[in-house]
Formats: sequence, structure tokens, C-alpha cells
Amino acid sequence: MSRLRDDYENSWWRRFQGWVDGETDLLAEGMEIRVPGSGKEDPLGEGKKPDVQEQGRHSKPAAGPGRSRTVYNGRGIRYFRRFYQVMSVFLCLSIIFVLLWTVAYLPAFGNAGNPDNNEVSARYIERGLQETGAVNIVTGMILDYRAFDTFGESCVLFIASCCVLVLLRIDAAEGDEQARKRLAEANDRIFEPKNDIILQKCACILVPLILVFGIYIVLNGHLSPGGGFSGGAVLGSGLILYLNAFGFGKTERFFTEKVYRRMTLGALTFYCLAKSYSFFTGANHLESGIPLGTPGAILSSGLILPLNICVGLVVACTMYAFYALFRKGGM
Amino acid sequence: MSMVQNFPFFSIIIAMFSGIVSSVLDGKRARDLSLCGILVTTGMSAAVLHFCIRSGQSYTYMMGHFPAPWGNEIRAGVLEGLTAMMFGLVMFFAVVGGMDHTAADVEKGKQNLFYIMVDLMLSSLLALIYTNDLFTAYVFVEINTIAGCGLIMIRQKGRSLSAAIRYMIMSQLGSGLFLIGLSLLYDVTGHLLMSPAKEAVAAIEAAGLYGVPMLVIMAVVSVGLAIKSGLYPFHYWIPDTYGYATPTASAILSGLVSKGYIFLLVKIFYRVLGRENVIASEIVNVLFVFGLMGMLMGSVHAILEKDTRRMIAYSSVAQIGYIYMGIGLGTQAGMVAAVFHMFTHSATKALLFISAVGLYEVSGDRKDFRSLQGAGYKNPLAGIGFAVGALSMVGFPMLSGFISKLLFATSALQSPHKMLPTVIALAVSTVLNAVYFLRLVITLYTIPAKADVAGAMAPEKIPEAWGRGRGAWKLHLAVACFILLNLVLGLYSQPIVGWIGSGLAMFD
Repeated sequence: MSRLRDDYENSWWRRFQGWVDGETDLLAEGMEIRVPGSGKEDPLGEGKKPDVQEQGRHSKPAAGPGRSRTVYNGRGIRYFRRFYQVMSVFLCLSIIFVLLWTVAYLPAFGNAGNPDNNEVSARYIERGLQETGAVNIVTGMILDYRAFDTFGESCVLFIASCCVLVLLRIDAAEGDEQARKRLAEANDRIFEPKNDIILQKCACILVPLILVFGIYIVLNGHLSPGGGFSGGAVLGSGLILYLNAFGFGKTERFFTEKVYRRMTLGALTFYCLAKSYSFFTGANHLESGIPLGTPGAILSSGLILPLNICVGLVVACTMYAFYALFRKGGM
Repeated sequence: MSMVQNFPFFSIIIAMFSGIVSSVLDGKRARDLSLCGILVTTGMSAAVLHFCIRSGQSYTYMMGHFPAPWGNEIRAGVLEGLTAMMFGLVMFFAVVGGMDHTAADVEKGKQNLFYIMVDLMLSSLLALIYTNDLFTAYVFVEINTIAGCGLIMIRQKGRSLSAAIRYMIMSQLGSGLFLIGLSLLYDVTGHLLMSPAKEAVAAIEAAGLYGVPMLVIMAVVSVGLAIKSGLYPFHYWIPDTYGYATPTASAILSGLVSKGYIFLLVKIFYRVLGRENVIASEIVNVLFVFGLMGMLMGSVHAILEKDTRRMIAYSSVAQIGYIYMGIGLGTQAGMVAAVFHMFTHSATKALLFISAVGLYEVSGDRKDFRSLQGAGYKNPLAGIGFAVGALSMVGFPMLSGFISKLLFATSALQSPHKMLPTVIALAVSTVLNAVYFLRLVITLYTIPAKADVAGAMAPEKIPEAWGRGRGAWKLHLAVACFILLNLVLGLYSQPIVGWIGSGLAMFD
């Protein structure tokens, strides 16, 4: 028997519950069902002792040997758990030690002669502006030099939201009583609108600002720090705030599951096709014909701006969808 | 540049795009789209294989307008084309064979999500095969992990949710270690693309710098990918995962996903860390010992198991052990044997899972393997398929398992220190394999006693639609094709082994 369970048995809540129900603990040791009136009903005083006898009787008809065996098993489990804890702490400590030890041998941080200060970063920094047209070199790197990785990352978001859909979306099929019950349980829309006046007033002021700021971050991704991922997160949080303040009824006037699907599909399709075109022309040494524009202007840097918008839409939709799914199992 | 050279890129994009489009389709259309996508990509992989065999060399493909150390890159050679083709075939038949069960196991509104997972799984496997960039590999490892979790948990019954959580935790641990390895490697080399990184590693080794970090990188990358592919001490997620998922998912996860990681590990050994460095670092010996332990312990666990699908899952542990043993031999021949066994195992394990489903259908869908008594007579093709798969795993001549065991044994002869343990472990493991696989096959062809018939096989427990109804042709087609694949691998092995050898030579 572990210490944890002992504490639980002796806790005030457990005693109170036992007193209310007039029985011993059902959850201990594999849901033992106790025949009413067969044992000593004294949950207040001896919560533990009758339970041990109960287990002994359960495993063997004779009380004496059964009890000793239970105690033996309990000790074995306790030793095993102690061993397990010690070993896991030991393992974690040794991994930490090995990694720290490794870090000591790595090149010093910020040293000009480090291996990662090579021709790769030199070209990104020196020629990034003229090759990608993006003032923000990081955006140029992730959406032009290494755009395939970023496409993979947006697919990670897409498939993560699919997994959350699998887990949390509840489809109430015709005649499926259980699913409908789950839907009713998960749906907290019945408590809406909350009409929390402070929240609503604050949201009235904040939501437009947050949304405009999110759009600014997305659109300026190639000019200043920002981009699709961060701007999309800001947009998504603005939507979530709006949803909290005004409820699903109002949000669903402009954002339903259909809209979500179409936006994700449109954004990812555009990303996929645009980048495929760019990869194809690049690999076959063809001119892509996409103008880079004047660096610094809002309409510049070729495909980066539309791709940022796509990534921003996907991220915003995904964040909102996660929140909505966790709240009511649907959108 | 000829058109064929674009095919690796096309096949990755097609698989991804069909996943994206499937999000607005209904279940049936998503399934058809997914099947078409798998067929097209398999055809493209075959074309790539043909092209590379004819031209006799591999090629790199720029993903974008920027050349190697700056932009992303993929690479195709004989081994990549061959692996992609094999994976495509196995995936196609797995999806076809488990189609009806997918429809039954997955909620109606969520079937398109299942096929999204399948599509993205295919694209991530293809990307892991073709990639020439370490970070691209990591991104697609992530997609692969999440898609794997989705495939397990989409059957929201029984223990599949806890299996998915266990898979996720173990798999994320592996991904985390892999990522730590990549970061350390970037810190000491300054490159993420494989070819420049290899040059940097060679320069480091020649100068004798960064000895400790290189050792830790090799260890962390190997252990991370070994956890994800289920090498012996890290195998605890395997039985639940393969045992409780829907049949297609079991076949894909056991046959393909773990192999994708092994392929990536082989690629990193050859194309980044350098084979000589890895052998000199003794990491291969650790993998060798774990592989040997896995071969024996996996089989012992399988013998102790009563549930058929968990038994097959534990046999996967043993087979993964074979593959790591081949890698651990540290010779070219051992590596060829390991890669060949990768193909053998993906074809055979998928066959076993799919035909086991056919046998379950006719015997009341119970877990205990004794309930399968006489099932081989009720669904003859599935019974034959299971028998073929079992014999192939045991190493029966004419089947692919025989060839891989032969290759392991002959390659063991070339490495003097590891010869004896390898041969002994092979012999013992074969006997243990035979114990549980032949017990299963004998059970299949035993007429049950009268008393059992009444209890175990009450006719109302067998849904008539399964097993012999109209839908059965899909399962039969899949089983027949898997048997054929096994025979091709077994009888036509010489050219395949030759291609693997030349593909590995192209890695250097």
C-alpha cells in the first residue's frame, strides 16, 4: 500500500464521504465491491484496517495467510516504486549531467570564429535583402530560402488541428443518444450570453485594437519583426477574447466551421500551389517571373507577403478552433 | 533536367495536397483521393528508381531558387526510389485491406480526418526518405508523429486513447533527443544540409576537435530515432499501439512508420556523421547489443502473450531488433541485410495484421488467439496469408524472411568479433519465432472441439457482411498482393539486394 492511498483514506473528505455513504473505499485495490453489512462499518476510526482484511479475504478464503500475502505484496510494490523513483531521478540527473558536460565542450557563445558563422549566414545577411526583397532577414530565410521547412511547419499546425478535431469534435448522429448527451454536456452555450458588462466594454475597446495589430504584424512581416505565425497568434487571441465577451451566438455570424474549413483550405492550397510553382521553377532553373518590388515597400518581396497572410490565417483559425473545440466540442 | 527528376518533389507535394483537400471532402471521396494519391506517388517512385538505375547515380533537387548550403534540398537515388516504392505499395494495400474496418471503427463524420492522417503520413514518410536537409527531416518527423497519434486514437474505443498517449510521450521523447542532437550538430558544423554538414564533420574529425560533442550527437540522434522506431528497451509503446489501433493504422504504423525512422538513421549515419566515425565511436556496438536483446526478448514476450494482435506487435519488437543488429554489425553487408529486412518486415507485418483481421471477422472478433481455432477454413485466403506471413517471419525458403536471415548470417561471417553472438541469436530467435508463429498457424487449422463451437463461434456473433460478403474482395485483394510482394522479395531478391547495395554506395 502506498503512502498516497493511506493519506487519501485518512483524509477528512474521505471520512466524510464514507460517513455519508456508509461504506468503505470502493476505489482502493481494483474496485472491490463490499457486501453491505459484512464487515465492520467504522470509516471514522479505522479506515485502513478493515480494508486490509477485506483484501485478504478477497485473495484467499482463509483470513490469516491472505492477510500476510497482501502485506507482502504491498511491500514489494512499495520497494518497486521507491526503486523506480530513485532510478528515474538518477536517469534524469545523468542525462542533465551529460548534456551540461557536452555544452562545456561546445564553441563559446558569440565568438566570431564559431563554426556557425560561415558562408551560410554571411549570404543570408549580406545578400538576403537583394535576393528575397524582404527587409526582415528572418522572414526572408523562413519563407524564401527555407520555404519548404515552413510549409512543413504549417502542415504540422494543420494536422494538429485535425487531431484535435478527432479528439474533441462531437458529431451528434441521428438517433445516437449517447453522442447527443455528450454534446449537450460539452456545450456550455446555454449559459450565454453572460452579459459581463466590464468584460464586454473592455472587449469593445480591445478587440479592434488587437485585430488591427494582428493584421499589422502579418502584413509587415517582411518589413519589421513579425510575420504569419506571430500575427496569426495575435489575431486568434483577439477572436477568442471576442468569443468570451459576446458568446458563440455573435461569433457564429461570421465564423462557423464552414468558414474555418474554407479559410484553412484556401490558405494552405494557395501556399502549396504558390510554393510548388516557386520550387519547380527554381529547381529547373526557370525564371519565376514574380517581381520582388522595392525593398521596404508594403507590396514587395515577391511571394513572401501572400505567404505570410496564408500562414497568419491558418494560425488564427487553428487557435480559435482549438479554443472552440475545448469549450463545446464543435465550432 | 528531365521530367522524372521532378518526381520526388511532386510525390511529396501531391500527398500533402491531397491531405489538405481532404479536409473539405466527405469520407468516401477522401478515401478515393487518398488511394489515388498513394498510387500516383508509388508510380512516380518507381519511375525515379528506374531513372536512377539507368543513369547509375543519384541527384539532388533544389527546393527553390537557392543552391545547397542556403536553400532546402531533396535528393533521390536508387535506395530512396526503392524504399519510396515499397512504402507506397505497402501503404496502398494496407489502406485497401482495412478499408471496411476503417469505415466501421471510425465515426462517420471523422473518416475524412482519418484519410488526412494517411495522406500526411505518406508525405512525411516520402520526405523522410528523400530529404537532404536535417531540419526538413525534423519537421517531417513531427508531422509523422502527430499523424501517428491521430491514426491510433481515431478509433475511440477501448484502450486506443491510452495507447495514443503512451505513443505520444515516447515519440516526443525521441523527437526531443533528435532535436537536441541536431542543435548540437548545427553548433559544431554550422550546416543543416546533409552534404555540407558531412564535409564539416569530416574536417572536425580530421582536426580532432569537439570529440565529446560529436559522441553525444551520435548517441542522442541514434537513441532518439531508436526510441521512435521501438528498439528493445524502449519498446513499451509498441504492443498497445499496434494492438488497439484500427487494422489499417496498425499495418501502417508497424510496417512503415518505424521503418521511416530507421531509414532516416541510416541516411544520417552515411550522409552526415560518416560511417567510419560512427563505427569508430562504438555507438554501433550499443545498437548491436540492444538489437540482440530485442530479438530474444521480443519473441519471449510474444510467446507469453495471449492476444493475437499484441503477439504480432511483440514480434515487431523482435524484427526491429534484427534490423538494428544488422546496422550494429557495422559492415556494408550488414547494412544491406538491415535494409532488406526493413522491406521484408514492412511487407510481412502488414500482411499479418491485415490477414489477422480477416480471421477475426470469421471467429467472433475476440482477442484470445484460441478463439481463432478453425478460422483458416472459414476464410481460406486470410488463413493462407497469415500462414505465409508467419512462415516468412520464421524464415521459410522462397519467402522474403529467409533471404533476410540468410543475408544477416552471411554478413555476420565478415565481422569476426560479432559473428558468434549474431549467429547464436539468429538461431535462438528463429526457434522462438517458430514457437509462437507456428502455434498460431496450427491453431488456425485446428478444428475446434464440439463444446467450443457452441460457445466461441455462435453464428450470431459473426456479422455476415464481413469475411464473405461483397466487401471481402478488398481484404482478399490486399492479402493476395501482400503474398505476391513477399514472394517477389523472396524469389527475386538478387536484383533488389543489388539495388540496395548500389543505393548505399551512392550515399557516400
